[in-house]
Amino acid sequence: MSGFAALLTRDLRLAFRQGGDVANVVAFFALAVILFPFGVGPDPDLLARIAAGVLWVTALLAALLSLERLFDADYQDGSLEALSLMPVPLEIQVLAKCAAHWLTTGLPLTIIAPLLALVLHFNAAGYPALIAALLLGTPVLSLIGAIGAALTLGARRAGVLLSLLVLPLYIPVLIFGVAASEAAALGLHSRPHLLLLAALLAASLALAPWAAAAALRQALE
Amino acid sequence: MAQFFAMGGYARFVWPAYGVAVIVLAGLLAHSLIGYRRAQRALDVEERR
Amino acid sequence: MQRFANPARFMRLSAVLLPWCATAAAVLIAIGFYGALFIAPPDYQQGEAVKIMYVHVPSAWLASLVYAVMAVASAVALIWRHPLAHIAAESAAPIGACFTFVCLASGSLWGEPMWGTWWVWDARLTSVLVLFFLYLGFIALANAFDDRTRGSRAAAILAIVGVVNLPIIKFSVDWWNTLHQKASVFRMGGPTIAISMLWPLLVIAAGFLFLFAVLLMLRMRTALLRAKLRALRFGT
Repeated sequence: MSGFAALLTRDLRLAFRQGGDVANVVAFFALAVILFPFGVGPDPDLLARIAAGVLWVTALLAALLSLERLFDADYQDGSLEALSLMPVPLEIQVLAKCAAHWLTTGLPLTIIAPLLALVLHFNAAGYPALIAALLLGTPVLSLIGAIGAALTLGARRAGVLLSLLVLPLYIPVLIFGVAASEAAALGLHSRPHLLLLAALLAASLALAPWAAAAALRQALE
Repeated sequence: MAQFFAMGGYARFVWPAYGVAVIVLAGLLAHSLIGYRRAQRALDVEERR
Repeated sequence: MQRFANPARFMRLSAVLLPWCATAAAVLIAIGFYGALFIAPPDYQQGEAVKIMYVHVPSAWLASLVYAVMAVASAVALIWRHPLAHIAAESAAPIGACFTFVCLASGSLWGEPMWGTWWVWDARLTSVLVLFFLYLGFIALANAFDDRTRGSRAAAILAIVGVVNLPIIKFSVDWWNTLHQKASVFRMGGPTIAISMLWPLLVIAAGFLFLFAVLLMLRMRTALLRAKLRALRFGT
């Protein structure tokens, strides 16, 4: 546990020292969402209908932005190799990286999302479900993204390849996240969708660190 | 004959479906055969050296 | 298992098997298509549009089967370091992608007259589309590294991770209310489809299976020849 905490604090400290990352993700998210009223017109009903989808898709893309750098810096300067020799299992290290990624990406997105939902005339009844769905879904994005990031370490055009690999795997999260948010906005039950998101989170917590660690090991061979 | 090709009015869906299958699978077969022959020829050239 | 590890042995074995599998594939597909187009009856609800089923369903079966083969080969490659396993997986991937494409295209052509739409985002169609992207991702990943071995191993991991999609594809029509119809062949209690329609379906599926075998052996032989070529040129 202390190994996990130490790695987590290390990654967070690095992230904040660089400063840019959190601001980048939030800025991209906000700007991308704001583009939609300009693109589809300011009609409140139309915007309200597409609000859940727009928020989720742009959150997804924003989370994708910083995935490429998840392991890259450590891989390039050799610290990944050093970390893999530590007594802390590689799977735990991956979890720590995902936690740091979520704290600097998913969590800020979840906090900003309600404000942007206002801009899109999202139905107020949907806010609790929207926030709950994002809280459950964004960690899954970090976890699945970690698998993609580990697989594409050192690949040619890693960024594009990462998107190709990860976006299809994101689709279930997107489907249930939007379903939960929209259901609540329409006054319907969002619990089944939220429970499915929770199941996805549980499954990816169990499987993703293992898969990402396997990918890291063969990247270091 | 004309009745067969008309496929009960669904001709413009049925025939493209069969067409896609034939074109894609035959195309894949052709691609695989061409690649095989090319590799064989290149290997023959290299082995004769 | 170790007996088949020898590439030379595989070349000899496949040289014997190829003509037989090719003949079987040609005969079965010919008989199957003839039966589907000329002998099988029209459906009382769908009329002649049901003929698309004879292309759509076998390619759907092969799409999932080839992925399973690819995933097993990948697991064998990673766990036992079997030399042919990576080649098998990478040879299977384009074949699976083609079958998936045929499944999606024929399904779309079937959907428009029957459901009134070319596409719908239900669980079955979405998960098969994800399968298609998994195939593409596998091929892209395997070719993305200067060190080919690294690419093969990364792609193998992806193939195994993507296996979760297979049960989703199979059971999606049971777990969710989908527009796509439920299973009528591979189900508990046996097929519900009439034998006059079932036999061309099974014959074409068998033909496609032999076609897969032919394509796989061809592409594996090509890969092995190319490896030999590289060894000769660059002296491994």
